[in-house]
Amino acid sequence: MAARHKSVETKYMEDRDKVLRGMRRLDRRTFMKVLAASAGAVMAKGLMPPHTFQLVNVAEAALDKNASATGAPGTPPFTFAYISDTHMYTRTLNQRFVKGAVKAVEDVNALDPQPDFVLFGGDLAQLGRPDELQQGKEILSMLKAPVKIMVGEHDWFYDLGDKWQELFGPPTYSFDWKGVHVIVLMSVYEKDFWTARKLTPAERMQIVAGLDNGIQSRFEVGEPQRAWLKKDLAKVPATTPLLVFSHSPLYKYYRNWNFWTEDAEQVQALLRPYHHVTVIHGHTHQMLFNQIGNISFYGMLSTAWPWPYAPQGLPPLTVQMNRPDPYDQLDGLGDGQINVSKEGLADMMYNLWDRNPVTVHAQYLRSHGKVYRPPAPQFASY
Amino acid sequence: MISRRIVLLMFGIAIAGAPLAIRCARSYAQQAAAHDVPAARSGTVVMLCDGKTSIEVKDLKPGQTMSRARAQAVSDELMDRWRRAHPGERWEVAQATPPSPKASTATMSGTQAPAAAPSLEVQQGDTYASFQPRDYKVWKAETDKFVAEGKRVFHDDKALGSTIGISCDMCHPDAANTHPETYPKYQVQLQRVALLRDMIDWCIENPIKGKALNSNDPKLRALEAYIYAQRKGVALDYGKH
Repeated sequence: MAARHKSVETKYMEDRDKVLRGMRRLDRRTFMKVLAASAGAVMAKGLMPPHTFQLVNVAEAALDKNASATGAPGTPPFTFAYISDTHMYTRTLNQRFVKGAVKAVEDVNALDPQPDFVLFGGDLAQLGRPDELQQGKEILSMLKAPVKIMVGEHDWFYDLGDKWQELFGPPTYSFDWKGVHVIVLMSVYEKDFWTARKLTPAERMQIVAGLDNGIQSRFEVGEPQRAWLKKDLAKVPATTPLLVFSHSPLYKYYRNWNFWTEDAEQVQALLRPYHHVTVIHGHTHQMLFNQIGNISFYGMLSTAWPWPYAPQGLPPLTVQMNRPDPYDQLDGLGDGQINVSKEGLADMMYNLWDRNPVTVHAQYLRSHGKVYRPPAPQFASY
Repeated sequence: MISRRIVLLMFGIAIAGAPLAIRCARSYAQQAAAHDVPAARSGTVVMLCDGKTSIEVKDLKPGQTMSRARAQAVSDELMDRWRRAHPGERWEVAQATPPSPKASTATMSGTQAPAAAPSLEVQQGDTYASFQPRDYKVWKAETDKFVAEGKRVFHDDKALGSTIGISCDMCHPDAANTHPETYPKYQVQLQRVALLRDMIDWCIENPIKGKALNSNDPKLRALEAYIYAQRKGVALDYGKH
């Protein structure tokens, strides 16, 4: 009978609704059990949970409610989403990277409620061509929430930032958001390696686009921008939480691949007086986090390809993500969101496509790994 | 005016006894000064690295290079002459005694070879003991060139035949996470046991969107060489997941 037949999708949605209804009455422990059971049920049916995002948001809300009862950080005053490292060629050459970026845009647009803004983490284009950047801007313009953008080396080294700045304005800026001071840096300047070698713009870009060549210089924020940062911070009291966005990690991870900022220590020194500082960076295409003094660092996922962990220099607090499956073009990729508490602490949610999401709590980093340790990988790097 | 262009052919003898490599080795030009090369009449004198046997390639002008087939014929002719002049002798053993003390000094300088200097305590007269430092130098240069070619292909989307601008290094900087030491192993997604070259070809066909290479393709062989070279010192661990 047609009325009694339910499609797989209908059954799934009914199961999901049941789980969500049940969740409102649960304590945290039972909730986690139900969550695990429902995820298991979904996986057993061979379905990819299309609403991973929403499930986990509820999970976060439940955890936060629980946490506030025990005096830990309270309800987040705001949330922002991120998309990073889309590395788009023009779609006539390569559809794959464009699809990744569009998928991330759809993810973020599906968030309810919408995030306050979307951070774009740099490397919008693959080879910095004007048509690549123009196409990238069009794709980002599909986002419903406002976009805060930073620049990556793939956007910059074809024309040294001409087109990017024409499209997006200055690469360095700051603004205040709900009591948090937000700073966006251009952290991928390089010392001139091209003039003496008489390289064309395309050759220069191609060299910067590769990780494992010794030709290019190391990334740096540079003296003028550090002076700007010092001046910008002069009016900000030490109790104001800081959020800093940079494309490269503002610390030294692995020099040979430019997972690195040459003047990282000088930038960190300017941030040291502040009680709560969170740096969100792109470039490394992997789950990556670090704590140096008062500064918490989170790396963002890419939507184009994942990178292996470097052979040396991995921050000890980083919990590696499982090795990506090369047979699944979406594996190891994703987007995510960051919940900022009223104390200015930032929890990072890695929305890994085709995998369970992973949340890294600010308290995990600030306690140097004593609490909230994220789940361990089963398959770390070779 | 008669030009005195000299081309030296270096003969490496493979362990199996077959000619391994034929090189016009410019880096040995200085050592060549130790050899007494006859003047060329109209072409180019080619000398074997025994410092004695030579023939003149008549129509080869200075600056010209021979085709591979022609160079092979010339070197075969040189080796035939050497064998006729040294009946019953083995080339590699004969070369263990350098043609002149002067040449020997020049040859030995600046090379690193595992072979110890001849002494009463070391066994002599066999194939391995007869190799000279210059042999190791040639072999290393050849191997490094092979690896360098693999590195070039690895980083070049066009050489890989990618139709979408993707090269190996974009996901595998310094060939990281290619784990050649774990092959052969059962590759779940392929439903069979795979070798490294099977995975290279899989990557070329799928993420790179090119055409899989034949297993004898020089590019595939070079890629394999580069990937293995990046894991020098890592223990073999076939079947590891």
